Amino acid sequence: MAISKSDVMLAGLSREQLLDLHATMLLIRRFEEKAGEEYTLGKIGGFLHLYIGQEAVATGAIKPLRPQDVVISSYREHGHALVKGSDPNAVMAELFGRSTGVSKGKGGSMHIFDDQHNFHGGYAIVGAQMPIACGYGLAQKFAGKGDITMTFFGDGAVDEGAFHEAMNLAELWSLPVVFICENNLYSMGNALAKAWSVSSLEPRAAAYGMAYERVDGMDVLAVRDTAIRAIDRARNQSKPTLIEAMTYRFRGHSMADPATYRPKDEVELWRTQRDPIVLFEQKLREAGIDQETLTKADDRAIQIADAAAAFADSSPFPDLSELTQDVMIDPTGAIAWRRPRK
Amino acid sequence: MRTITYREALREAMREEMLRDERVIVIGEDIDGYGGTYAVTKGLADEFGRERVRDTPLAEEVIVGAAVGAAMAGMRPVAELMTMNFSLLASDQIVNTAAKVRYMFGGQTHVPMVIRMPAGGGAQRGAQHSQTLESWYAHIPGLKVVMPATPYDAKGMLKAAIRDEDPVLLIEHELLYGIKGEVPDEGVDFTVPLNRGEVRREGRDVSLITFSRCVHLCMQAAEELAKEGIEAEVVDMRCIRPIDLDLALDSVKKTNRAVVVEEGWKYYGTGQGFAALIYEYGFDDLDAPIQHVTGVDVPAPYAKNLEKAAFPVRNDIIDAVKRIVPQRVAR
Ligand SMILES: Cc1ncc(C[n+]2csc(CCOP(=O)(O)OP(=O)(O)O)c2C)c(N)n1
Ligand SMILES: [Mg+2]
Repeated sequence: MAISKSDVMLAGLSREQLLDLHATMLLIRRFEEKAGEEYTLGKIGGFLHLYIGQEAVATGAIKPLRPQDVVISSYREHGHALVKGSDPNAVMAELFGRSTGVSKGKGGSMHIFDDQHNFHGGYAIVGAQMPIACGYGLAQKFAGKGDITMTFFGDGAVDEGAFHEAMNLAELWSLPVVFICENNLYSMGNALAKAWSVSSLEPRAAAYGMAYERVDGMDVLAVRDTAIRAIDRARNQSKPTLIEAMTYRFRGHSMADPATYRPKDEVELWRTQRDPIVLFEQKLREAGIDQETLTKADDRAIQIADAAAAFADSSPFPDLSELTQDVMIDPTGAIAWRRPRK
Repeated sequence: MRTITYREALREAMREEMLRDERVIVIGEDIDGYGGTYAVTKGLADEFGRERVRDTPLAEEVIVGAAVGAAMAGMRPVAELMTMNFSLLASDQIVNTAAKVRYMFGGQTHVPMVIRMPAGGGAQRGAQHSQTLESWYAHIPGLKVVMPATPYDAKGMLKAAIRDEDPVLLIEHELLYGIKGEVPDEGVDFTVPLNRGEVRREGRDVSLITFSRCVHLCMQAAEELAKEGIEAEVVDMRCIRPIDLDLALDSVKKTNRAVVVEEGWKYYGTGQGFAALIYEYGFDDLDAPIQHVTGVDVPAPYAKNLEKAAFPVRNDIIDAVKRIVPQRVAR
């Protein structure tokens, strides 16, 4: 729908669009905080990697996509799935390992997959999603409908061979893939300076002749602008882009990580000065949106997160018969050998 | 003797070998700043410096590849991989380089390298983080593959592995790092050979042939069975390649019955390898078919109840024993 001039409040966006970005970031924040609480209570097991602090990246980048476009991410993927449209109840239930989870409780926090919303996976082997995204891009190119793939990964992932192989192939084959590196300055405890021989991804993109943009990942509007250019390049020219979004995770790598390797004042600085939600709310207030509207949105996000946890907690565990279901399409091929019936 | 954890035992092994031999270096992801994923390497960088204890970028292939190269060039690298699941990204260097160069270059070079990595499931870490893949590597001529189950073995085998002239994969278990056990006093130099298993418990009725964390499950099962008058012998194979087959055969000669117990998948795996060798060389000693307790033949599920059903528990071992030990044996 075209926006009439008078509707425009900020960066060419209507009040409605701005509030949608705001609500989405808040949803992720409150959802993740709730998940963290539930982990502490023992309702969620295994590894839990929270996205708190990075909300502007998923929100700004995924919102401009079409429903048919595909998003593929890592193990830090709850936020991406929520922006793509996944039901918070079903995502939370997956974290709880319940039958109502998006992946039937069989995947867990690191393995969200929501076919209905074209969120095609959280992958827990660092770097694995990038070659997979190339394959999706190739299929989309064959299909010729103008759909594209967007894939998210961390600053650690670009040190894996998979990144380099995917970059080269995507450019060589002109694949409609948007690669988004969420550079949060750490790969678990390893700081960027100890991992990268160069301090930005620009020369790496240049090595493959790929379009590159660096963006402030704490500024949702800037991320959105950058993403729109990359999406356009993918959709209309079938060309990949590498986006480096500068961001920070406010919590440890996972719930198991006390994150003692980061200087306290560094963490404090990001949390107090660079919180993407706080920064955006400042802009919204300056554009004339009243505090009450913002507070209401937060209340709503808290409600959704609480409801999701309640839904998950009241959902049943998967039936034990699920243990051997879904291994393969062909049930006889799924089991290496079955005792012949006497 | 002192009582220390499996984790401390591994750390002491590296520390002592670094003190003894300056060619020993330790490399891996997050082994310094983070203190090691399972805190095994904690403090090593402070003591030995960041030349010898190196955090690497997140890049398994170059970690192992560089370790291979450094070993060929005269160093004694210990490469830590965060978990065995990620060794698959380095499997080319392990299988096509580490295991092959000595042979294909006519014995002119060798690879005195150790790869340490934990395997195993049971902590709800999902399908990509719960695997036990030792059989993949044990299949390969040119590699040694060992899996200590106790702090004593962890220390002794790691020290032996570092001194070994060939590539050794030392596979730990994610759920064993906190267990405690007796280890010789500091300053007492000892190693555990990389080609010998050990009988953990004597018994006359059935042999439980096992390794790694399942050793502990088998010990518990044996205690339970003893209450019913069935005496199980627990055989810790601990060396997967080369295998101490005589130890298993001697045990079966005594008990005439065997249950092979492992956490990994059944088909084409370590346990089937053990069973095939026992059939081949100990057929005449067997009074019953070998039973095999394994993980269920599916990727590891996340949900708590499904995961519990996917990995072997003590009762699975007890049931398997009862299938082949006749009641009359129970005295
Ligand atoms: C191949 C592989 N190696 C190691 C790991 C363990 N691991 C999980 S996340 C992670 C750090 C990844 O950092 P980064 O790519 O920057 O993403 P972030 O966690 O910061 O979002 C590591 C080392 C893994 N899952 N896969
Ligand atoms: Mg990172």
